[in-house]
Amino acid sequence: MALSDDSPTKMEVQNLNAFYGATRAIQDINLKFSDRKATAIIGPSGCGKTTLIRCLNRLHETGPKTRVEGSVLLDGEDLYLLDATAVRRRVGMVFQKPNPFATMSIYNNVSAPLRFNGRPSREELDAAVLRSLKQAALWDEVKDRVDAAATSLSGGQQQRLCIARALAANPEVLLMDEPCSALDPIATAKIEELIAQLKHDYTLIIVTHNMQQAARVADDTAFLYLGKLVEFGPTEDLFERPKERLTESYITGRFG
Amino acid sequence: MKFDRAARRKVFSNGMTVLTGLSIVAIMVPLVAVIYQVVSLGGPVFNVALFTQGIPYPCTPHPGVTCHQGGLVVPIEGTLLLMGLSALFSVPIGVGAAIFAVEFGGERRSARIIGLVADVLSGVPSIVVGAFVYALLVIYYPSIVFSTLSGSFALAVIMVPIVTRTCEEALRTVPNSVREAALALGISRWKVTLRIVLVSALPGIVTGILLSVARATGEAAPLLILLGNGCEHPLQGITQEGCALPLWIYEGATSPDQNLIALAWGAALLLLVLILVLSVVSRMTLDRMARRMRGE
Repeated sequence: MALSDDSPTKMEVQNLNAFYGATRAIQDINLKFSDRKATAIIGPSGCGKTTLIRCLNRLHETGPKTRVEGSVLLDGEDLYLLDATAVRRRVGMVFQKPNPFATMSIYNNVSAPLRFNGRPSREELDAAVLRSLKQAALWDEVKDRVDAAATSLSGGQQQRLCIARALAANPEVLLMDEPCSALDPIATAKIEELIAQLKHDYTLIIVTHNMQQAARVADDTAFLYLGKLVEFGPTEDLFERPKERLTESYITGRFG
Repeated sequence: MKFDRAARRKVFSNGMTVLTGLSIVAIMVPLVAVIYQVVSLGGPVFNVALFTQGIPYPCTPHPGVTCHQGGLVVPIEGTLLLMGLSALFSVPIGVGAAIFAVEFGGERRSARIIGLVADVLSGVPSIVVGAFVYALLVIYYPSIVFSTLSGSFALAVIMVPIVTRTCEEALRTVPNSVREAALALGISRWKVTLRIVLVSALPGIVTGILLSVARATGEAAPLLILLGNGCEHPLQGITQEGCALPLWIYEGATSPDQNLIALAWGAALLLLVLILVLSVVSRMTLDRMARRMRGE
């Protein structure tokens, strides 16, 4: 499948199967994610979108009775042969519901990945917090109260805080699991602006059930249905000239 | 006819309201009576001397003889020492078992077995725990059979299931999204558990520890077997015979001497106050946790 342009592949999914007990939630998926592009994964509820990206940072396997088969290559190396903790530092994740650490301040949330993974100096922490909050477009709103509780922020701000926290770990890939589904339209617009900015520096993989959002922010789009990959290609092609009938009926709203 | 039925229903309803109201009074009576009795008899000796003096020479006042009131320094010290030691033994074990059950056991059978063991252990009568520790020490370490240390072993056995169960509950109140958020940042499993999940659950864990301490503080049965009698002289080391408030209540209350009986009531009042304080503090910790969970 020809992608949006010939930028190199950052991450590649090969014959991926993921199980919950005996249920196979993901079936034989093959996908390529281009370096520093945004790829959207769309599909109706329960099609395996979230399970798929949870395999990309090895979070799926932390659940009870779960199993993954196949391989996920990051810069050509199979994630499943590396140390899971090290993988998660390279592949960050933002969740559907904002999940800042409720017991920590804004500052301590953003600096958490550094503080728990080494002994950084105060200067290093300050620099990382400043950079991450600016990248997540939250700095101007919180610069006077970085020691306030993270839970004192609004939902949209909390989600940007979670993005800042993920960025503080210096990942190469950032997974976003329906990052706007718990947010109002204004907060959603801010996150989408942010996605447009972030893809200059990071490889973004965004799960969404909002097709307009996929069309707005993604360079490539993958359509999943019942755990299988139906169609994958440049976003414009997929939405305007879908090759599969199933894709066409989904994007025109005939089901889902 | 219809009217009659409505009237009957009303009589029945009012009657039941009165009966249930009476049962509330019935459960209040013993509570109020116990508190009244303990306060009225313990109150007169509840003074500075109670906290500064040792157990007095046994004495009953009669013409020409005044008795020393004495105080509870030794039982108070003994109880504090027992609380500290038994918490020292039981908290790491209880918290460790809860961490294993909640954070690492997952769906495994071993995790459920921990809960079952805790439930069974908390059902073992405390006198049996005392007899068990006694038998064990007589065989393996006879020199400390009657000591503060052996008493704290028994109290620790009684505390472990309470710590385990409350700690398990506290850990389960930490939402899974917190664990996933931390794991997704590339923080190792153990650091996530110890420095994020455990810290989030800390108020609940502290509450559990306080509750278990409150429970053990009032425990007399195993101490009757294990503590020996160290109440009459200043407290020795932890491997020597010890003393505790419940033990002294037993000894003073069953003695024929007036001043010892009065002091036993003082000890009863002190024990009530101590347990009340522990309960209130643990409740306050819980409230604070609940407020923080709501993000206030």
